[in-house]
Amino acid sequence: MKQQVLVLYLDTSALDSEVRAWAFYDGTGKTNPTTGDSDLPPYDSGTEALRDGWRLFQASQLIPPYPGHEYETSFMKHEFFFEKLE
Amino acid sequence: MARFVANGFHRMDAVVPDELNAKAIGVFDAGVPPVPYGTPVDEAFPEGSFVRDLIAIPAVAGAIRSLVGPDPTVDHHAVHIREPHEGGAQPLHGDAIIDTRTDAFDVQLMYYPQEVTGTMGGTLSVPGSHLRRTNESDTGRYQNLRGQTRLTCPAGTVVLLHHGIWHGGRRNDSDIRRYMFKIRFNPTAPQVRTWDVSDLDDPRVSEELSRFFPWCEHATGRLEIYNRIKVWRALTNNTAFDIDYWATRVANRPGRV
Repeated sequence: MKQQVLVLYLDTSALDSEVRAWAFYDGTGKTNPTTGDSDLPPYDSGTEALRDGWRLFQASQLIPPYPGHEYETSFMKHEFFFEKLE
Repeated sequence: MARFVANGFHRMDAVVPDELNAKAIGVFDAGVPPVPYGTPVDEAFPEGSFVRDLIAIPAVAGAIRSLVGPDPTVDHHAVHIREPHEGGAQPLHGDAIIDTRTDAFDVQLMYYPQEVTGTMGGTLSVPGSHLRRTNESDTGRYQNLRGQTRLTCPAGTVVLLHHGIWHGGRRNDSDIRRYMFKIRFNPTAPQVRTWDVSDLDDPRVSEELSRFFPWCEHATGRLEIYNRIKVWRALTNNTAFDIDYWATRVANRPGRV
């Protein structure tokens, strides 16, 4: 059994919010995804991925900003990991 | 300049004349001599050299002068080649290390001597990502972002980038070697009003700085505007500049020191 991993970066912490960025890693070896290979996301929201059979296994936590760093921006905030096994 | 502060890049299509483009690949294959970090431009690229001719093109020279200011130094330069069918892309990254400056920035010139088509692995970049505080390839997990730029361009295109922008060479799926020549410029004088500032009061300045990008979370997009306000205040030496009260509101503490 091999794992396919889909990572979706959403607009808010809500799983049904819009996809802003994405990545796909394919343990089956059937595809060879890489950086900058598509301009269109595979799904428009996290729940759309669930409806297509992807299983959520990790979501980013809601961590308060560190004092003094409230206005700094860094990594994409709302990261959701999904898997399919085949 | 406001568009550069928001986008993190300034693109000039086909700005380099054909006669220079025709020489470029031969020059790059022969090698451009390296220079020590911090070498003045005139020393790094002597009169009559290919690179000197490249950066003396009026539109290029003017853009460098506007963005970096007078008498910049050369941090480093390099020829980047994406080989045909090489199989992979660079991870999304920012160059050098995490860089927290808000009142100064370096500019990276990227020059494409050939036409770059969709399959040639033109540089991926993410407009508006340059103020995010991330270190080098820690962003490598991100493969695609809404609104990203997968560069295709005519021969002779030059792009000037803020040092912090997320970017990477894409996978070259064509039969053609893809060349890009990069120079990183460091400022040597305060980057304050280094461009034509006759239109500072134009409302389009705030419009440009207020831009939301499709890849950016809505809430974080507001912080991006706040951070652009800080940059614009530094570049214009105007500590009162604001957009929609974002910076004023959160600094308002009546009666407090």
